[in-house]
Amino acid sequence: MNQFADYNPIIMSIIKTNNLERFYTEGDVTVKALNGVSLNIEEGEFTAIVGPSGSGKTTLLNVIGGLDSPTNGAVEIANTEITNMKDNELIDFRLKNIGFVFQAYNLIPVLSALENTEFIMLLQNQPKEKRHARAIALLEEVGLKDQIYKKPNEMSGGQQQRVAVARALASKPKFVLADEPTANLDSKSTGDLLDIMLELNEKEKTTFIFSTHDQRVIDRAKRVITLEDGKIISDETK
Amino acid sequence: MFGFKTQSQTSNFKLQTLNLKPQTSNFKQNIMILKLAWRNLWRNKRRSFITIASILFAVIFVVFMRALQIGTYEAMTDGVVNMYTGYAQIHQKGFWDDQNLDNTMPYRQAMVDSIENVEGVTGVVPRLEGFALTSFKDKSKGSLIIGANPEKEQQILKFETLLHQGEVIAPNDNRIMVSEGLLKYYQMQLGDTLVLLGQGYHGMSAAGKYAIAGVVKFRNPELNRNTVIMAIPTAQWFFSTGERVTSLILEKEEFTGVEKMVANVSAIVDLNQYEVMDWQTMLPELVQSIEADNVGGVIMAFILYMIIFFGIFGTILMMTSERKYEFGVLISIGMKRMKLAMVVLWEIVMLGILGVLSGYTLVYPLIAYFYFNPIVMEGEMAEMYEDLGFEPIIPTSLDPSIPITHAAVILLIAFVLSIYPILKIRTLKPTGSRRL
Ligand SMILES: Nc1ncnc2c1ncn2[C@@H]1O[C@H](COP(=O)(O)OP(=O)(O)OP(=O)(O)O)[C@@H](O)[C@H]1O
Ligand SMILES: [Mg+2]
Repeated sequence: MNQFADYNPIIMSIIKTNNLERFYTEGDVTVKALNGVSLNIEEGEFTAIVGPSGSGKTTLLNVIGGLDSPTNGAVEIANTEITNMKDNELIDFRLKNIGFVFQAYNLIPVLSALENTEFIMLLQNQPKEKRHARAIALLEEVGLKDQIYKKPNEMSGGQQQRVAVARALASKPKFVLADEPTANLDSKSTGDLLDIMLELNEKEKTTFIFSTHDQRVIDRAKRVITLEDGKIISDETK
Repeated sequence: MFGFKTQSQTSNFKLQTLNLKPQTSNFKQNIMILKLAWRNLWRNKRRSFITIASILFAVIFVVFMRALQIGTYEAMTDGVVNMYTGYAQIHQKGFWDDQNLDNTMPYRQAMVDSIENVEGVTGVVPRLEGFALTSFKDKSKGSLIIGANPEKEQQILKFETLLHQGEVIAPNDNRIMVSEGLLKYYQMQLGDTLVLLGQGYHGMSAAGKYAIAGVVKFRNPELNRNTVIMAIPTAQWFFSTGERVTSLILEKEEFTGVEKMVANVSAIVDLNQYEVMDWQTMLPELVQSIEADNVGGVIMAFILYMIIFFGIFGTILMMTSERKYEFGVLISIGMKRMKLAMVVLWEIVMLGILGVLSGYTLVYPLIAYFYFNPIVMEGEMAEMYEDLGFEPIIPTSLDPSIPITHAAVILLIAFVLSIYPILKIRTLKPTGSRRL
């Protein structure tokens, strides 16, 4: 399991799930969106969750991210079980520990790229100078140095997703969850976003877990977990 | 399988969580909440403008309507209460229901002194009022005779300000003043002599000839048509009442607290012999007609507010459903529901405040204009007002409680309406809102 032992001698497991189940019942029909998923993700991973539509990728990311609760089983993040947390506690937990990048419309439309990136740190009550410096550094890292005062609707989809990555990292989370972050992007923007994510993963050891349908994205993942009908059918580390 | 958390790890984590949570810069977060609310307001400019405009027109309409109504009531009460009856009076018990000279009361200085010492009373003004036939040359007319002390009437009848011609009589003058209307009726001049004939105390005959020293112009049309003013001793002599008066007017600094003053005075006078009445009790018709009219105004305002209520509600419904996804994202990335609710609350309150402020900016000059240039009624309406004893004008009121009340109502509407998005935010699922 210690696939990153070459650069990190102390391997820390940051996500553990144990026999996760998430059932949706509509009328008489029960859909087993997750049907016994046990998973262990360690610090520094760059992992893709793949599988056909409806296989449970989004559901898994939501449950791991504390956005949805499992019907059965538990999720432990950095040695803390989040399954039974109260709503406000969970919101706070997400704020401190998890970065999110969604498929689209991630950003607050009335705030600039800089303000969007600072927003999370403001919620964390970080001082102004620190917020500002870190937001600018992050936006520079995602290649948006010249766009920091632009509002989301003045940026391309790819630029918006890069701001979303910068924002997700602003709070120094333990890991970043991204549900199909490239789904709405052209291939050039997809490549750029992947470059940035990989660079952050390699330089800053940022853990990324993302779902995708895109073969070019899958090819660049270091670990690929394949779901089908709510079950893991393969788990390969390159 | 793997073992879940150990005790020490959990408590370590909790400690860390606590340390990460400085409570100091909530101020900055509140600024952010305001900033977000303000910018969100202008996301859909047209919708916000329409909502603000609807509040603005409601404010203009309601506040102006109420300013006119209340201004009219103020003019009515002012014309009668401030300028004639005073806020409260003491009479011989039964006088008000049966106003004749036999129901007069003796004027006792000791009693007046003790009433003047009552809290809230700033002065006691005696009057002796009766009726007599006045005549000049070949004309005659029934007139109101007011026996008054001009020096004590500075706050009520204010002869100095009402003086039209000649001079104000002295407190024991043998001459009289007449109202401007009466002077016109008889086509008299200053210095002419008016003949008075009537019935005095206990049926004694009352007769006299009095020179006209001054003419006063009352604003109250009824009074202005028909009034003779005498010094109290002259009136007492004319009506043969001796040291008697019909009423003692209780003076007061402000309009408020009349009830309390009446209670205080009632406590020290013999209620078997005297009656202490406030102006509402003395003038029930005035009070009733104001109340009846007022109800109409309140209903109008209510209907308008209902329209505003549903107008803003429509805006909020659209805004909430459009932004469900965005709300879900914000909760997902770690914004507390409470803070998000504050953003929405402020958006709605800001809409209300903008509507109210812009409404006031437009309505205030209008109100001020009509305060200084009251609408003057003509024709039948004017006659009706004059018959009721009021000046035929509709002034506006500058009473600050009118705009304050209506600002409060609109803010209340904003607060009540913000319950809807706040409830939505409370139950919003971060995931549910993530599905596109
Ligand atoms: N809120 C919900 N209510 C009912 N059923 C749901 C809900 N969310 C997901 N499902 C069902 O659960 C299953 C897994 O859905 P999920 O969205 O996790 O799949 P996915 O792998 O992310 O698919 P896609 O690639 O299309 O995004 C599907 O059958 C879906 O219909
Ligand atoms: Mg999905």
